[in-house]
Amino acid sequence: MKIVIVDYGSGNLRSVQRSFERAGFSSQITHDPNILSEATHLVVPGVGAFSDCMDNLEKLQLLEPIREFIKADKPYLGMCLGLQILFSEGTEFGSKPGLGILPGQVVRFAKNELKVPHMGWNQITIQKEIPQLKGIPNGTYFYFVHSYYGTPENKECIATTTDYGVQFPSAIAQGRLFACQFHPEKSQEMGRQLLKNFANL
Amino acid sequence: MLAKRIIPCLDVKGGRVVKGVSFVNLKDAGDPVEVAKNYEAQGADELCFLDITASSDERAILLDIVRHTADEVSMPLTVGGGVRKVKDVQILLSAGADKVAINTAAITRPEFVREASRQFGSSTIVVAIDAKRSKDKKNYWEIYTHGGRNATGIDAIDWAAKMEDYGAGEILLTSMDQDGQTTGYDLELTRAVCERVHIPVIASGGVGTLEHLYEGLTIGKADAALAASIFHYQTYAIHEAKDYLAKRGVAVRL
Repeated sequence: MKIVIVDYGSGNLRSVQRSFERAGFSSQITHDPNILSEATHLVVPGVGAFSDCMDNLEKLQLLEPIREFIKADKPYLGMCLGLQILFSEGTEFGSKPGLGILPGQVVRFAKNELKVPHMGWNQITIQKEIPQLKGIPNGTYFYFVHSYYGTPENKECIATTTDYGVQFPSAIAQGRLFACQFHPEKSQEMGRQLLKNFANL
Repeated sequence: MLAKRIIPCLDVKGGRVVKGVSFVNLKDAGDPVEVAKNYEAQGADELCFLDITASSDERAILLDIVRHTADEVSMPLTVGGGVRKVKDVQILLSAGADKVAINTAAITRPEFVREASRQFGSSTIVVAIDAKRSKDKKNYWEIYTHGGRNATGIDAIDWAAKMEDYGAGEILLTSMDQDGQTTGYDLELTRAVCERVHIPVIASGGVGTLEHLYEGLTIGKADAALAASIFHYQTYAIHEAKDYLAKRGVAVRL
């Protein structure tokens, strides 16, 4: 088994690696496409803007390897931006194509009485039982920090939803592809459970 | 439902945890990493480190503490104190901070907040505001810098709104009058800022009882409640605070 965490310059990935360690798994942080091609499990974390993320992945020639990895139905874990870039289109700082794995747009929370970014611990409502959510009860709190969320055209891929003014998809799953809007690496014990489930796929 | 956050704050000086009463009479008590782990076990939602000396020679010690803490706990960590340049933000984020609090440097040069939020994302930039109630004007709070020594003539509420425009992702609002007094948050100040901005606001300064936390999150409308001494001196454990809030109908993560 080889867990690879994709580094595209989005900041400190140590906390992701350390969370895997604490869950009992070693992992490697890299932006080298050759190392990425050896991965059995791929993790794409992320903070920052959609367009910067896509630009950086393109510059590092990582877009195709990631697409191929997902198409081969190998275990993929996207966190935050690592979820958003799966969609066909991002709308932060203008329209920008994503990986296009999931048809749909990434949109901003509507301006209303709720604060944006959506920041803090919020609950998930489980929409489908999948191995990635094993041992994680319905209503579990995870840590979120984001202003945008993905809206898949095909609702079948929605694994969990979360209520923040709207019921937005907080995790999606399709085969062994799993991606969450929340941050497992900042979500204490339940976050580690999720990483463990992923590593055990 | 989004939970209200309970954030224990550690004032750090020379690599040790201290807690002052109105920023003087500092007592030394505790290793920040151990305290952080303990707070995680108690159910803290987030952590905040404020480097209250922020001299350059102590910077390396702080970075080391941030690194160790980020290695040992799985929750968001905000670090503030002496953040003056974009480079300072970058160094703290690389050491493992999730958010960086900017205080005096935002007042000296507001563009700094814009530059930092553009480069690292709004969600990583917290603007810290230390405000003091005016003795003459009703419902007017002035910003002070340098640990409450220097008046700036800036209206705290207008400033919070301006910082949102400049890209701040969150406001850490401290009442200088209440800080260390254990008589509760300045609820009017907290509410005025919360009603003005559209980004999360952390209430700070003055918590002495669980009731104070409740007031800050309900009457004050804060998104998060920060406290230092009641947790640091183990007057209450964090889970006790959360149980209390839950019983009174506040959404918290238990």
